[in-house]
Amino acid sequence: MKFGVIVFPGSNCDRDISTVTQGILNAPTRMVWHQETDISDLDVVVIPGGFSYGDYLRCGAIAQFSPVMNSIIEHAKQGKYVLGICNGFQVLTEVGLLPGALIRNRGLHFICDRATIKVERNDLIWTKNYQAQQVITLPIAHGEGCYYADEDTLKAIEDGDRVLFRYSSSSGEINSDNNPNGSINNIAGIVNQKGNVLGLMPHPERAADGNIGGTDGLAMFQGLLTALTTA
Amino acid sequence: MATKYHARIYVTLRSSVLDPAGTAVESGLKQMGYTEVESVRIGKYIEMQLTANNEDEAKQHLDEMCDRLLANTVIENYCFELSELATV
Repeated sequence: MKFGVIVFPGSNCDRDISTVTQGILNAPTRMVWHQETDISDLDVVVIPGGFSYGDYLRCGAIAQFSPVMNSIIEHAKQGKYVLGICNGFQVLTEVGLLPGALIRNRGLHFICDRATIKVERNDLIWTKNYQAQQVITLPIAHGEGCYYADEDTLKAIEDGDRVLFRYSSSSGEINSDNNPNGSINNIAGIVNQKGNVLGLMPHPERAADGNIGGTDGLAMFQGLLTALTTA
Repeated sequence: MATKYHARIYVTLRSSVLDPAGTAVESGLKQMGYTEVESVRIGKYIEMQLTANNEDEAKQHLDEMCDRLLANTVIENYCFELSELATV
């Protein structure tokens, strides 16, 4: 079982991921430079947060044409796991592995905060270690995190139960007051149809070490590791 | 013989997509006293010089570039104007 962390010029959460997977969980982890094309040794590909290619043009727009992206699309087609966090989520929508787009926050400001997030379901590999409807706290840090999808796409996502995480109150209410960036239906994270590709704006990797405030994100990586090493 | 063209590409947000930056600029203009302002939407303007064998080819390539990279058609529309610069 091996994690791979994609490194674009401008990625800045890449080592945070490996600190969790390799450092805390002791799982084999390889940093993958965006020019690489052979990622066949990997089980889980993580596209980290940051500002790939300076976020020029649009967040994630240029990263989608990196040499490694075709291999990631192939990896996903094989049913293997792809996790996009923050800028990684933006890259996944740009490249079309996930529907919709991430646009400028409703309030225009870059938000660096901790958000309460509801886990909608726990029958996917990503959330096995959570309870369905559990409210967790994860850091968010983004300027373009407002999830948008047109009406038909949104309906397909909701009908397919593909929203994994929603911004909520600490008691789990989904409303506009507890929606930091204006995301449609408070969406914080979605999966593709098969469930093997997840994109989310919050940062689970920044909530994995109690010394730096919160461990609610660790269960995601632990769940992946357990599921893939015992499979 | 190839021709050199100048392209002016306009990328605009689809009408269904919120534009908080446009809204902020709109209220700024109104505060300045321009009460006639009804709406502001902010887009991108891209200038490009390119060579192609003919105008059709240039347009076809520009469409491709816009669809694949310059615009995200989930949230944006695009259009462009093309003018001939010189035969090279």
